[in-house]
Amino acid sequence: MIRFLARRLAFAVLLVVASSSAALLLTRLAPGDVSAELGTGATREQIASLRARFSLDRSAPAQLAAWLGHAVRFDFGESFLYGRPVAPLVGRAALNTSVLAAVALTLATIAGLGLGLLTGTRRRGVLPVLVRGISLAVISMPPLVTSLLLVFVAARTGWLPAGGMSSVDIVDASWSAWAVDLAWHLPLPAVALALPIAATFERLQAQSMAEAVQRPFVVAAAGRGVPPAGLILRHAWPVSLQPITAVYGIAVGALLSGSFVVEYVTTWPGLGRLMYDALRARDIYLVAGCAAAGAGFLALGTLAGDLLHALVDPRVRESAR
Amino acid sequence: MKTAGASLLAVIVLFALLAPWLSPNVPDRRFTDLLYAPPTAVAILDDGIRAPFIRPWRLVDRLRREFAMAPRVSLRWFADGRLVTADPDAGAPLLLLGADAYGRDVFSRLLHGARTTLGLALVATAGATLIGLLIGGASGAGRPWVDHLLSRVTEFVLVIPAIYAALAIRAVLPLVLPASTVFALLTAIFAILGAPIVARGVRAIVLTEREQDYIVAARSAGAGTMRLLVRHLLPAVRGHVAVQATLLFPAFVVAEATLSYVGVGFPVTTPTWGTMLRDAANLSLLADMPWLLAPAAVIFCAVLGANLVVQGSGRPPVELNGPVRSVRLQADLPRSSG
Repeated sequence: MIRFLARRLAFAVLLVVASSSAALLLTRLAPGDVSAELGTGATREQIASLRARFSLDRSAPAQLAAWLGHAVRFDFGESFLYGRPVAPLVGRAALNTSVLAAVALTLATIAGLGLGLLTGTRRRGVLPVLVRGISLAVISMPPLVTSLLLVFVAARTGWLPAGGMSSVDIVDASWSAWAVDLAWHLPLPAVALALPIAATFERLQAQSMAEAVQRPFVVAAAGRGVPPAGLILRHAWPVSLQPITAVYGIAVGALLSGSFVVEYVTTWPGLGRLMYDALRARDIYLVAGCAAAGAGFLALGTLAGDLLHALVDPRVRESAR
Repeated sequence: MKTAGASLLAVIVLFALLAPWLSPNVPDRRFTDLLYAPPTAVAILDDGIRAPFIRPWRLVDRLRREFAMAPRVSLRWFADGRLVTADPDAGAPLLLLGADAYGRDVFSRLLHGARTTLGLALVATAGATLIGLLIGGASGAGRPWVDHLLSRVTEFVLVIPAIYAALAIRAVLPLVLPASTVFALLTAIFAILGAPIVARGVRAIVLTEREQDYIVAARSAGAGTMRLLVRHLLPAVRGHVAVQATLLFPAFVVAEATLSYVGVGFPVTTPTWGTMLRDAANLSLLADMPWLLAPAAVIFCAVLGANLVVQGSGRPPVELNGPVRSVRLQADLPRSSG
């Protein structure tokens, strides 16, 4: 188990370093740099001093090495776009994205597994057929479509705010008012992000449940006189969880890429949005910082998914020892 | 289910192919009095049943975007190389799905946009499949160090969420490029990012198949590696590649839409499903103009069609960033338990 964890953590570090380095080099080698933001009226000295401030006068490998050297001490450089250090900017955006992703994953899990249990154990009936149909449709809706659709519904009905993470007048309100405001803005992007994942979970759960109830040990339990509810929840369900926990790792990737679109459409101030703005402005250190945070998020999420998988599957648990 | 999905895809492709004939208007033509006009009403009842005609919109108030129904305008069928269009003399266009911010016909742009979006997705799918086959074949049949190197690279690309990689690569290139350059560029980016998904499965299949008796027999009969790969192993991976290609195609459609929507895809003047969705980005206007979401609806149809085809062939459409990881994890189980 220790070895497994160590290997995965090493992989996580490698992923973070590789992603942020690639992002930094990519932005550095791109045509144009931050000095373009000065406008056409800038003097040669201004441009030169700005380029020097962001180490653009050094070679790309030298700059990368210097940045990595600082980054291990949690100094990720300064953002040109915001004129502030990168770390708190990225930290705040990463927190916003994590809130969104965590709520979406929870929603998707509850809805997906619950409905999957229903459709997996009952073939006929209005409700299972309805759920199955809706699920097939929703699974084909990328986050781009779900978020636009929900924003449209919200704008039309006024039930929920169509975008943003907080109201404008909330800045100096009390903590509780802020929390209520957040809870008011969160449902739309979270549901938009959760819908396709929930549908995937529902399909997987239904399929694995339908297979699990036919396993010999479940049939044997039924023969012993275990009531149907216990049969499904105590005997078949734990076994049927395996294929779902196996995709939890990819679900994290889907959350990350989905959250980019959802954040963009609903103007949620998260990591995707920040990275996009940074890329367009050639804000080199901010891009690298965002890439590092995203890669860290991905690596930890995948690790959590694999641990969860080990938790429900004794075979993986044993082999990981 | 498979038939339903295939027919859905076929209809979409047919619409794209016949776009110039099916669209009632030139996609770039601007009807300056009809900015954000709602869909034109088509009717057959007017003092009794008549041939289908339209009641076009007339501008009442430009600022409040108010339109009133104008008197009847008859439709012309099979005229000017188009299936149906409004009488040009009436000066009132047939806008089946309303007009966009510039007063352009959304329906006609949707059809023409399908050509770019679907064409891009199709070429990129072909590219990704080809590259994936090459990498997977070289990985599975080549020397261990080749396999090791290629596997590490494909794994790295697989782990990174593709949309971020595409975004990063596209965003660092010059933003304003002609549409044809963007087409080639996005095709290349998508093909490279999609190839590992194909390659990993191909590698796994080639690795197991190369130990089979028929391969050993072919080899001892003097078949070279190239012949083995093309004649004997290619058929073995056909099913897998077909499924992956069917899943990549809608993923590329969505990717194009996403990149164009956020402004790093095609230039706004080129009609594609993504650039058209940019009009829906104006949240305050969207509430009154559901027809601006038409591209989202057709994107949904394209993805649904592909998913139905895949599900119809007995595979769950696990679409979370490509279905490969779960396959690998399941394939790992027997080994780790033994």
